[in-house]
Amino acid sequence: MSNVPTAIDFRANVQQVPSTMPAAVQKATTKFLGNRAALVDALGNDVWQALRQAGHDLRLHAISHLDHYLEQAERQVMAAGGQVHWARDADEARRIVLDISAKHRVKLSVKSKSMITEEIGLNHAMEASGIRVLETDLGEYIVQLKGMGPAHIVVPAFHLSTAEIAALFREKLGVDAPAEAQKLTQIARTKLREEFLAADLGISGGNFLVAETGTIVTVTNEGNGRMCCTIPPVHVAVVGIDKVVPDWNSLTVLLKLLARSATGQKLSCYTQFISGPPRTDAETGPKEFHLVLLDNGRSRILRTPETRETLLCIRCGACLNICPVYNTVGGYAYGYPISGPTGVIFASQILGAKAAGGLPFASTLCGACNDICPVKIPITDILLLLRRRVVEGDDLEGAAAPYLLRVGAQIGSVALGTAWLYRFGSQILKRLQAPFVREGWMSNLPGPLNRWTMARPFPAFAADFRRWWRRRAGR
Amino acid sequence: MAVKAQLFITCLAEQFFPNVLKGMVGLLERLGVQVAFPDEQTCCGQPFFNSGYHAQARELAIKWLDVFGATDGFIVSPSGSCVDMVCHHFPELFPPGSPEHRRATEVGARTFEFTQFLVNQLKVTDVGARFPGKVTYHASCHLLRGLGAREEPKALLRGVGGLQLIPLPGEETCCGFGGVFSVIYPEVSRSMMEAKVQAIDSTGADVVVACDAGCIMNIAGGLRKAGSPVRAMHLIEVLTAGRAVS
Repeated sequence: MSNVPTAIDFRANVQQVPSTMPAAVQKATTKFLGNRAALVDALGNDVWQALRQAGHDLRLHAISHLDHYLEQAERQVMAAGGQVHWARDADEARRIVLDISAKHRVKLSVKSKSMITEEIGLNHAMEASGIRVLETDLGEYIVQLKGMGPAHIVVPAFHLSTAEIAALFREKLGVDAPAEAQKLTQIARTKLREEFLAADLGISGGNFLVAETGTIVTVTNEGNGRMCCTIPPVHVAVVGIDKVVPDWNSLTVLLKLLARSATGQKLSCYTQFISGPPRTDAETGPKEFHLVLLDNGRSRILRTPETRETLLCIRCGACLNICPVYNTVGGYAYGYPISGPTGVIFASQILGAKAAGGLPFASTLCGACNDICPVKIPITDILLLLRRRVVEGDDLEGAAAPYLLRVGAQIGSVALGTAWLYRFGSQILKRLQAPFVREGWMSNLPGPLNRWTMARPFPAFAADFRRWWRRRAGR
Repeated sequence: MAVKAQLFITCLAEQFFPNVLKGMVGLLERLGVQVAFPDEQTCCGQPFFNSGYHAQARELAIKWLDVFGATDGFIVSPSGSCVDMVCHHFPELFPPGSPEHRRATEVGARTFEFTQFLVNQLKVTDVGARFPGKVTYHASCHLLRGLGAREEPKALLRGVGGLQLIPLPGEETCCGFGGVFSVIYPEVSRSMMEAKVQAIDSTGADVVVACDAGCIMNIAGGLRKAGSPVRAMHLIEVLTAGRAVS
């Protein structure tokens, strides 16, 4: 049982976006981008570009040798007294966490912010089994109260105003909540403190998994993550197999890239390194540590060289912040917990072209994401390849593009590629358009053409260059 | 020996902005360039490539390469995205090592977007143009990020007599055209275009200049729909303003 999306209609989702969304999103993304730019300037562009290249190369090395590094990580985690579980898909991962919960008779679990548990719909599955799951990152806490998912992979509730959050707290928590950020945070903090102390299970994701020591690294800003991973008697970390990095030297590069790109910080306020349960009686912390390593389609992404770099992503959110489409529609329109350009290339491959074939087209290919990505993922190249997959299918799925559209494309390419037909067509269109043209523009075109004119008029066909050229050459 | 330029006129410029093309001919000739026009040229295939129709794009690329491969000299076009297609995506359509791949790479190496041709090849930024008025500049995505031309168009604008260049807020933000994107997700495209139009209006400029027909038809249409007094022009129209096309 889960609430993981199985089919995504981006256009339909866009219609549901509240009109206040773009301004709220842009206010936050502008701030993040500004902070980021200041830190990149402080480093100097040359250093930044060298860091990006290093980040790209070491991530590519890691995912190209996944078997080696994952086995190394597994050995290290087990040597430290942790337990390692391999989950082929979302269903297996959910079952593993539910089994651990059942074994410990878990009634309440507290969660550190994690995109991977959103990806597998873990909260829903646990609640369906009668376990209370509480998000403890402030943003996640807020969207959970609202009954929604994250609107951004780094800042889940950034689209909500303090007034909206205050109203939500009054309604759901029954407290007197003023529309002041500090007071609201204090309310959440007080509520959460009781829950941390009562929880039977702590759940986290992992930003990185360091193979040489089997260390889970989580990058957070609120301290809640540290509470989740230290107070409850059992800790489960769900980590994608793509998150493994060879060693601590690699980690240093990636942490520099991540905090700067995500929130414009040199380092996040809390960076946790978790290497298994306590080894001596003097150490405190959860007595049991479980690492769930999730594939869920990642090895499918990995086997195609042209899309492999999708897995380099360190989920910093910079491509969301810079994307003009994301800034217009916000996160929910993507219909998947991971939104924006990186979400598009990930979700399209995880869900397949039949279910999410519209997503690779939810981009103008402007390329701003390529330039900002801290690990240099060629996002638009991958988008182009995924569009091709929609048209042609691959070895797992047939073509998802409607047959008529494919026939139309063939006819169109012949018309545009045959010189006489092309020239003839442009003159015919000049004649046919006459009844529609006013002052050089056509405002309301029929049928599918209104998809252009619903937004702005279409310019009149005016081709006369070839005749002009011939006349001029003949003089 | 005179520099030779083959005109790659592009579908959108040919269909909707023929005066840009005529102006480009006059301007190149004034700069001493010998201009030729391969008449058999049609679409480079970009709309198909960007929509995932690689087989069709490949057919069009082969035809385009047949036409321009038979010419000599530079190939010059008033559109950054079409040049980006030729230079960067044509080679991707053919297996490395194949004759087509080699030809695509060779022809791509002598294909230039108009502002890059003027500024980087001819080393010209002042073409003797005069255009009194306030002008703002929108950076077309594929010219900016695909071809890396951030400064060339603005260098040419700064060389225009009487022209006051006003910075556009969000100059490098996409206008929402995106080719097929504009009709697949028209609502999103519209919102992005409206944001661009608002930014343009906020500058108080008389004219917004861009270097790609796709952006111009989107922005010009948006300005018209909004009832804005600002005119959208191709850079070439500014550089050739006041000169009769003959």
